[in-house]
Amino acid sequence: MDILVWLIPISLFLGGIGLVGFIWTVKTDQYDDPEGASQRILSDQWDDKPKP
Amino acid sequence: MVDAAQHYIEEQPGGISACPACSAAPAAEDMARRARELEGATLALSLPGIHCAACIDTVERALNAAPGVREARVNLTLKRAQVKADADVGAADLVQVVEGVGYEAHELDAGTIAATATDRRGRELLMRLAVAGFASMNVMLLSVSVWSGAADATRDLFHWISAAITLPAIAFCAQPFFISAGRALKARHLNMDVPISLAILLALATSLWETSLSGEHAYFDAALTLTFFLLAGRYLDHRTRAAARSAAEELAALEVPRAWVLRDGEEVQLPVAELVIGDLIQVRPGGRMPVDGAIVEGASELDRSLLTGETLPVPAMVGQDVSAGEVNLTGPLTVRATAIGRDTSLARMADLVAIAESGRSRYTSLADRAAKLYAPGVHILSALSFLGWFLWSGDLRVALNIAAAVLIITCPCALGLAVPAVTTAASGRLFRRGMLVKHETALERLAEVDTVLFDKTGTLTAGAPEATNLDAFDDATLSLALALAEGSSHPLSRSLVTALRARGIAPAPVAELREVPGYGTEGRLDGRRVRLGRAAWLGAEAGGETATWLQGPDGLAEFTFTDSLRDGAETAVRDLLAAGKRVALISGDAEGAVADLAARLGIADWTAGALPGDKAARIADLQAQGARVLMVGDGLNDTAALSTAHVSISPASALDAARVASDIVLLGGDLSPIPEALDIASRATRRIRENFRIATFYNVIAVPLAVAGLCSPLIAALAMSASSITVSLNALRLR
Repeated sequence: MDILVWLIPISLFLGGIGLVGFIWTVKTDQYDDPEGASQRILSDQWDDKPKP
Repeated sequence: MVDAAQHYIEEQPGGISACPACSAAPAAEDMARRARELEGATLALSLPGIHCAACIDTVERALNAAPGVREARVNLTLKRAQVKADADVGAADLVQVVEGVGYEAHELDAGTIAATATDRRGRELLMRLAVAGFASMNVMLLSVSVWSGAADATRDLFHWISAAITLPAIAFCAQPFFISAGRALKARHLNMDVPISLAILLALATSLWETSLSGEHAYFDAALTLTFFLLAGRYLDHRTRAAARSAAEELAALEVPRAWVLRDGEEVQLPVAELVIGDLIQVRPGGRMPVDGAIVEGASELDRSLLTGETLPVPAMVGQDVSAGEVNLTGPLTVRATAIGRDTSLARMADLVAIAESGRSRYTSLADRAAKLYAPGVHILSALSFLGWFLWSGDLRVALNIAAAVLIITCPCALGLAVPAVTTAASGRLFRRGMLVKHETALERLAEVDTVLFDKTGTLTAGAPEATNLDAFDDATLSLALALAEGSSHPLSRSLVTALRARGIAPAPVAELREVPGYGTEGRLDGRRVRLGRAAWLGAEAGGETATWLQGPDGLAEFTFTDSLRDGAETAVRDLLAAGKRVALISGDAEGAVADLAARLGIADWTAGALPGDKAARIADLQAQGARVLMVGDGLNDTAALSTAHVSISPASALDAARVASDIVLLGGDLSPIPEALDIASRATRRIRENFRIATFYNVIAVPLAVAGLCSPLIAALAMSASSITVSLNALRLR
């Protein structure tokens, strides 16, 4: 049962990373244009280097 | 809309330009404008034609290359481009840039769409939903270990960890329910959020108490799942409404109010909001009057159909008064503004309609009716089980535990999802068919409709005239008519040109062709004067029909016109009649035109020459007899009727005031989705009722268990999740 001392904090921490990540995506407007985002991967405009 | 009315009342004094506060106001506006110029402007364009990655690329490349543009980004979901540009770049330049690469573009009024640019409330709900989901999954993990046999110290540890996660999570996530419940209690009535908040709080309190006494049952997971499902319902609800609102605002933003004004002898283009009384405003043919005023120069004809429903244009001369909303047809006019903005008769009429009691405010939604039955019932039930157990066992702890279990089991998870899940699915389906559902109870009201009332001009008809008697003339007459008609942009002339060109007629060689604004066109054929225009100008006797006259070498000829039908008008009327609905036509137009159209569409019940008040009175009459009326209309003369009716639809081409007054907006020009909308609405209402029944069914099974004290947290979790998921799946069947 001692393993629980490790497992519970680890599971909470991993879940927490997911939560923080989600909050970051919401805060940076990443759900404003879902259709555009799915189409933009087909564009070759910034294939050679990332958009500055 | 009440806000708008109050706004209007507050602003009333602004109409009197002598008041000192008003002379200060332009200065403040001036400063705001200068501040805007410093930081550059954000412009918005509507791009209805874009649909793929290549479109995004082309448009963005073109816009970014345009001079003065700092950054341009296309939003494909909203079909819009957001452009940050230097202050001297106008939207008209950008529209040209986009049209230059082959895409349709329209300017959007930035002020009108700014409100929906960032959806703060939606974002907050989403954030709370995410936190609730995260916390409930973790707590559920711990609870599953407890249910599968963790005992003693391990169980206590798990409960304490659950508490440590649950308390802060609930404090953050359940705020919307607590706030709404608090507001309801302050106003001394019950809403759905009161039992929800009570269930969450009581579950937390008893679970904490149990945990501190090393008890067996804790409801931390139940409190969190409850919050999660309810937030999901709220978020769906919000999304549907926000999508409808932003689409409706886009329609309004498309009509960028601008006017050409003579200032210091120069003609400048200004937003209508910056006009002042006394300004000389130029209205070109085809333009809409931005203000109330008097004509000081020019002669033309005015199309007043949006205001009165008349299809015949009215002559306009110097000295005549004009109202905002009328469309100038033939010659350029200069108008001196006598009333602007909210003081125009157009805005005043629209405001009066907004104040009038509307059909929707009298309607109680199904969800509200369910809540009215439900909220007191739940409280009484849980209070009774608390009292019963307390008297029977004398143990406060047991009684409180059971009361909490009853509240959690009956908590309206499924009820909270029942309505939003269905309306989201139904509105999404209607949106794909080109209908925008603006009001939250519109679908339920639409499902009850048994009588449909149509307006004529601009609703059943496209507002574009169609020549009816071309076959009566020889080719020489027709070719002369074509030559003269090409000299004017009057709707009748344009219709003649299209029809005659389609017949392969070539224009006659007319010389000295010129347009006489307000009268028609004239020219010379073989040295003789020929004219096409108003009956009075040519010395003919005007009939009741819409007509234009031709004076040719062999005397007079009369071309009569009828309004062309809007796409889908025939199918819509036929399908509605086939579905057993009563269909009626009510119009402000002359009797002949209305009777013709009614006969063409097979509508037996028609009224002509109806004033705006008559239309509303007719609807009130029908509704007093127990009919549920759907009004379909587009003009200012329909707004009173639109808001009196049980539910109302207006086409996207309608006047802004009419769109505001109606519950559903038809985005395309086609009327044929209306019968389907009635069908979808009645199916949606049926699903909502089914969902209520499913939720009740789960309660009927689980509540006796809870009252008997047999309901463990496991059963509570199962019942709650199962009912919420069944309800959502049932709603999805509608898509």
